[in-house]
Amino acid sequence: MAAEKRVFFQSTWLPWALLAPQLVIVSVFFFWPAGQALVQSLQEQDAFGLSVNWVGLDNFKTLLSDSAYLESFKTTAVFSILVAVLGIALSLGLAVFADRIVRGALAYRTMLIVPYAVAPAVAGVLWVFMFSPSIGVVSYALSHSIGFEWNHLLNSTHAMALIVTAAVWKQISYNFLFFLAGMQSIPKSLIEAAAMDGARPWRRFWTIQFPLLSPTTFFLLVINMVYAFFDTFAIIDATTHGGPGRDTVILVYKVYQDGFKGGDIGGAAAQSVILMLVVVAMTVFQFRYIEKKVNY
Amino acid sequence: MVERRPWLDLLAHAVMVLGLLIVAFPLYLAFVASTHTAQDILQAPMPLLPGAHLWDNYAAALTGQGGGAGSNAPVARMMWISLVTALVITFGKITISLLSAFALVYFQFPFRSLFFWAIFITLMLPVEVRIGPTYQVVSDLGMLNSYAGLTVPLIASATATFLFRQFFLTVPDELLEAARMDGAGPMRFFKDILLPLSTTSIAALFVIQFIYGWNQYLWPLLATTSEDMYPVVVGIKRMIAGGDSGNEWNIVMATAILAMLPPAVVVVFMQRWFIKGLVDTEK
Repeated sequence: MAAEKRVFFQSTWLPWALLAPQLVIVSVFFFWPAGQALVQSLQEQDAFGLSVNWVGLDNFKTLLSDSAYLESFKTTAVFSILVAVLGIALSLGLAVFADRIVRGALAYRTMLIVPYAVAPAVAGVLWVFMFSPSIGVVSYALSHSIGFEWNHLLNSTHAMALIVTAAVWKQISYNFLFFLAGMQSIPKSLIEAAAMDGARPWRRFWTIQFPLLSPTTFFLLVINMVYAFFDTFAIIDATTHGGPGRDTVILVYKVYQDGFKGGDIGGAAAQSVILMLVVVAMTVFQFRYIEKKVNY
Repeated sequence: MVERRPWLDLLAHAVMVLGLLIVAFPLYLAFVASTHTAQDILQAPMPLLPGAHLWDNYAAALTGQGGGAGSNAPVARMMWISLVTALVITFGKITISLLSAFALVYFQFPFRSLFFWAIFITLMLPVEVRIGPTYQVVSDLGMLNSYAGLTVPLIASATATFLFRQFFLTVPDELLEAARMDGAGPMRFFKDILLPLSTTSIAALFVIQFIYGWNQYLWPLLATTSEDMYPVVVGIKRMIAGGDSGNEWNIVMATAILAMLPPAVVVVFMQRWFIKGLVDTEK
């Protein structure tokens, strides 16, 4: 972070006027709702919104003893780890090979960044179309070539595989760009010195490039987890709707289901508060821990 | 290149081509499906080469003439809503953030660091987390089904402020001193010196925010209840109803292609700024 300025403008009212628009929007649409979530998480409303009672931490206690909620935590963990690990591994592989390519590099890069522009909801629609058990091209090919019957509407492993694939597909562009930028910032002299000492490309990758990329890798790990937690709502809503049963209901989807479809405002608010804590923990982890520990 | 290894170069191209084929296949298939009749697609396996109904399908989608089981609202209207929403979010965020970053960097005033943190804490919590209460606020203010309701709550985050602040801090102090010596006031300095210097950051943020705005799903899903205020990303989901056979997949896929065209064009043609902005903002 660059240093603060040494010289300033003098004015008693101008800075306030400049800050006002952002402060107003942030207070009305950020702090007020976030505060409301905190208050509501300690209250219970009846179904018609007629009476409100303070219930202390009861909403949290109910949540943490609710097996459906704990199940959703587990689903989210499995989902986000799969998305992060697969997405990072695949795009690292692509970036390593892309780094070797001199001619045509721009063309490859241009094609690979297109999924970034595709909305998660649209990505979900594309993938569900390919894997639809009755009309999907891929499910047809699977069933007629190796006799594998794909059905994400009934089989929860298939459903999970489908949302992971769609989520990874959408995120590959982002990871790829960061890895490529990381690879290109490694000094060529290091690679050349290793080559002169007789290290082959495979060895050079594991002993030089991979360790030097570790800050990027850890950064992407956090970003991908956050992505899988929050930005994949649309993918799930467009493909599995959380099914079969509740097997692909991730936490954000559950807030939406309980709060907007189920009318359980206190419970949904408590879930929101827990989610806020998760994001804050991830962000703090990223800034405090990773920025300091992973440095070569 | 460090050494000549023709086989490795060949392998690199092979891997990239394979990766591209996998990445591009869903997009290709969507395009193919958007050029056939609904019946052709329902007879598995659907054709893998483009058909002859391109114009019919796109015209039907844009004017809302499809006969599928789900919503049949005209896509032209949805594209318009998406465009307005994305542009308002983009320009709103950039304007507001430029001003507040300018205040935070170039002025000293009471509670400055308090405001600094108040703005930056919004970086942490995406709208998905506080969705319920935000909905209540917007509905209490009577902003459901309006452009204001679709855009303003999404402007309430500090990504752009953070980037502009970082950039302003790297601008040499001498520029400010020189401007002051020549008698320029703060707003003159902002307009004639700071803004021209910031064009690259503004271009990068334009790409990132435009895609962010265009691709929003959960918030518009809640903030709009009437069909003529759906952005295209929400609209396409509403076109799909229940079973596979009731849907006109050719129209759905035409809509999908239309929905990804504007952000894809922006990313591809502005990729230099986009990549720079992405790698700078996040690090």
